[in-house]
Amino acid sequence: MSTHTEEVEHIGGTTLTFTKVWIALLAMTGIEVFLAYEQLPTMIMLTILLGLSIIKAALIIAYFMHLKFERLSLFLTLFPMLILCIVLMLIFLGDASRIPGMRPPV
Amino acid sequence: MSSTQVTAAATSHWEGGQSPYATNSKKFGMWLFIISDALTFTALLFAYTYSRVANPNWPKPFHFSPSIIFSSIMTFCLLSSSLTMVMGVHAMNHGKRKAAAGWILATMAGGAAFVVLHLTEWMNLINNEHVTPFSNEWGVPLFGATFFALTGLHMTHVIIGLIYLTIIAQAIVRGKFQAEDVEVSGLYWHFVDLVWMFIFPLVYLMSARI
Repeated sequence: MSTHTEEVEHIGGTTLTFTKVWIALLAMTGIEVFLAYEQLPTMIMLTILLGLSIIKAALIIAYFMHLKFERLSLFLTLFPMLILCIVLMLIFLGDASRIPGMRPPV
Repeated sequence: MSSTQVTAAATSHWEGGQSPYATNSKKFGMWLFIISDALTFTALLFAYTYSRVANPNWPKPFHFSPSIIFSSIMTFCLLSSSLTMVMGVHAMNHGKRKAAAGWILATMAGGAAFVVLHLTEWMNLINNEHVTPFSNEWGVPLFGATFFALTGLHMTHVIIGLIYLTIIAQAIVRGKFQAEDVEVSGLYWHFVDLVWMFIFPLVYLMSARI
């Protein structure tokens, strides 16, 4: 059996790429702060803020954490389970929304 | 072992002889830790969100000045420290140990600024808005309990990161540790940054007092 241990030189991004990602992250943060002071309905506001946060997280994971340059097998081992667990936690939120209506009037 | 089996083992990623992830064990271990820690923070964020949805009179104690300004600067500090960290990893990959140590020190400066600003913001909340982990003027003690637990755990991670980076920086200056060790410490630091990308909008911006 081969005893060869595979050595793969990960080709990360360039300095320019990292700087572009950083600028994009700062720009999205600026948009988030701006949106906080626009009188948007709560659900729309929450959706936009959460969407921007997920994009920012994806950029950090892909470029700063180098996952874009790793094997697909590493991503597939780590992230589907994490996403499934997070989705399962959403079950509790329906319960939370019923609590205000269940409180006896003061 | 037959020659056919030997050939199969040498070509398949999952039959031995090769690393299926093409990564070292330290990095894979850190990824596993990050995923488990992500679930911890997710649970705390859900606890915060659950409490918020269940309490219509949820407090909005974050004034533009100083809370939102401070938390925005804190976000800038963490994002910038992530950039300097990735530059440090980049320098170490090219064998530039002194440059890597310099970038890591810049990262630590960003992290330290974050902690100082965060503690100042906490003191403002406690002293001026009278928000404590057990009570507040809105009569929703769960706000303080979940807010301080979530941000406190995150700040603890930042402080642990600063200690971790101090150890890495002094070691690489003395010629110890390899590029992979710096990369693993970078993974931890970027994760701390990543968690804040959710805490900042969901906790601060959603409770900004307009």
